Amino acid sequence: MAEAAVQTKDVTAPAAGARSVDALAARLDALAVPKGGFTAAARADALARLQAMGLPGPRDEYWRYTDPKAFNAPVPQPIPIEEKAPDSPLFTDLDRIVLVFVDGQFIAQESTDLAGQGLEIDILSAADQGADHWAADLYGVLETAGQNPVKRPFAALNTVAATDGVLIRVTGKAEKPVHILHRRGSADADVTWHHVIRLEEGAELTLLETGMVGARSNGMIEADLAAGAKLHHIAAKRAGHQKLGFSAIFARVATEAQFKSFTLSVNGTLMRHEGVIEFVGDDAVAHIAAAVLGDGAKGPFHHDDTVFVTHGAERCESRQVFKKVLKNGAKGVFQGKILVKPGAQKTDGYQISQALLLDEDSQFLAKPELEIYADDVVCSHGSTTGALDETALFYLRSRGVPRDRAIVLLVLSFLADALEEVEDEALRGQINDRLEAWLTRRAKI
Amino acid sequence: MLKIDNLHVKLEDEDKQILKGLSLEVPAGEVHAIMGPNGSGKSTLSYVLSGRDGYEVTEGGASLDGEDLLEMEPEERAAAGLFLAFQYPVEIPGVGNMTFLRTALNAQRKARGLDEMSSGDFLKLVREKAKALKIDADMLKRPVNVGFSGGEKKRNEILQMAMLEPRMCIMDETDSGLDVDAMRLVADGVNALRSPDRSFLVITHYQRLLDHIQPDVVHIMADGRIVRTGGPELALEVEKNGYGDLLAEAD
Repeated sequence: MAEAAVQTKDVTAPAAGARSVDALAARLDALAVPKGGFTAAARADALARLQAMGLPGPRDEYWRYTDPKAFNAPVPQPIPIEEKAPDSPLFTDLDRIVLVFVDGQFIAQESTDLAGQGLEIDILSAADQGADHWAADLYGVLETAGQNPVKRPFAALNTVAATDGVLIRVTGKAEKPVHILHRRGSADADVTWHHVIRLEEGAELTLLETGMVGARSNGMIEADLAAGAKLHHIAAKRAGHQKLGFSAIFARVATEAQFKSFTLSVNGTLMRHEGVIEFVGDDAVAHIAAAVLGDGAKGPFHHDDTVFVTHGAERCESRQVFKKVLKNGAKGVFQGKILVKPGAQKTDGYQISQALLLDEDSQFLAKPELEIYADDVVCSHGSTTGALDETALFYLRSRGVPRDRAIVLLVLSFLADALEEVEDEALRGQINDRLEAWLTRRAKI
Repeated sequence: MLKIDNLHVKLEDEDKQILKGLSLEVPAGEVHAIMGPNGSGKSTLSYVLSGRDGYEVTEGGASLDGEDLLEMEPEERAAAGLFLAFQYPVEIPGVGNMTFLRTALNAQRKARGLDEMSSGDFLKLVREKAKALKIDADMLKRPVNVGFSGGEKKRNEILQMAMLEPRMCIMDETDSGLDVDAMRLVADGVNALRSPDRSFLVITHYQRLLDHIQPDVVHIMADGRIVRTGGPELALEVEKNGYGDLLAEAD
């Protein structure tokens, strides 16, 4: 019965089984998909692509370690909204441009007045009322490019269904960082947001993201860096314990541009972050890093980082630094790939993924991949999984540092390499303090 | 101050007895040296006294000023005034030396019911102590022992000792890996800390460290116990004749 429906509905979808087509229809039905103005064509294209690829299943190569069932479900389980977050908000002492989103919808009254900030910032939901916008050249475009060779159904779904986001175009050096601050509004929100960032030649921007989004969220950034541009992206995500979150960042990096993205992620039942970076010009740099903390004590914890870096130009440097601290049955996944295309000579590619397991119930699954088609490159990768260093722990305790505090120091020490990827010392200090507070609250093991 | 009585220790995971009835007493203000051949149990003694996991005390005991050491956690022993200068100081990447020192100092103060030391006072103190040990600002800023030379690591141990001001200092082969100049610096640091209410237990293979740190008493250790105790001349005897004669005599 369902088989017949597939035949009549879309004969070009042999990969997607009947059940997955039904599931996708149910998934889309549950979302309020905007028609779109300047994004309409991109949304329609993404829908066709999504219908052809279907929702992922455990047999898909990049979903073997992470069960997408909860992402595929039409609606998420509601999650009560906390009265008060345990930590004070990050980055509030900075002179910055704040953009507040509640359940993924922009709230102008609570945000910085965008007039006279010297940046071109538009809000997607408003801009999408019109048929023309500079972001039309990018919305869904980098995502589409990033679908090859690995299919990314939730990224396509995002392009189809995004209800809001920011569109930022920078020429020159942005004086203040832009801070996107998410807040929760209702317990059952299923949020899809999509930002487009365009850095013109030589432009510079620091983009900060904090806060919690929805019971389930699908967030995406498409970042296009022209020659010599610099984007420094720092996201600090603290999810609720039952939270489901998919996020993706697609970056296109031109000649001598520098892209740096660091994510701090704590808690969450099921979190997946995909980083897709492509060098399209020579001598460029891209670093992507994450520090992930997971405690399975208050419900399941599963965090997946899936990264794909494509070297399509000469003399580019890429670095992937991923660190996960796991306890009480928490599970961490890392799938990282460096693809060096023919002719991408003098590529310098580096990848490290490490997990610190604080007990014997936790688990880390890593799949590092290198695929190299140029003969004059340096690429290295490493992955380690280990317990706390007992000798170091004893050393600290022998100096009078109590065991719980010593463990916090050693965990921070483990995460230090990832935090080094946050260039700005003050921002790094704030993130370190946040980590320390989280760890101290959970120090007893 | 430190009293060890008929201490028997075996490895937790193996049926291997390492200390077999070791007794000694270090009164306040004295420096005692323990010398002995490889495998006699010297390092085990230092680890058991400071509370490292992996050892099981099967008989006997050890106390610091009458308090049972073996009942305490390692951090409690430190707060009670015990300090072990490690033979192989541990590298801790990502934790700054200053942060480490300050955390340790304030943890001990807190355990003793004192207020935390202010940043200003701490900085002043650490600079003063570091200067005497020729430890520069860069070493203080770097992660604990990371990229330090052998000599720098040992000087850093003495700096910790000087900052924490323990009453009972155990030094486990602090002379290993040191050149003559570094040994003199370390010895000067230790000598500066000598006082009527502070004691030292200096574990070493060689007599040469004892040229710089003059001991009051020398113990010879073999096969898990003290086989002979004497004055500084005992160290000279070892240097001259080796352990062979002494051990034969003890048998």
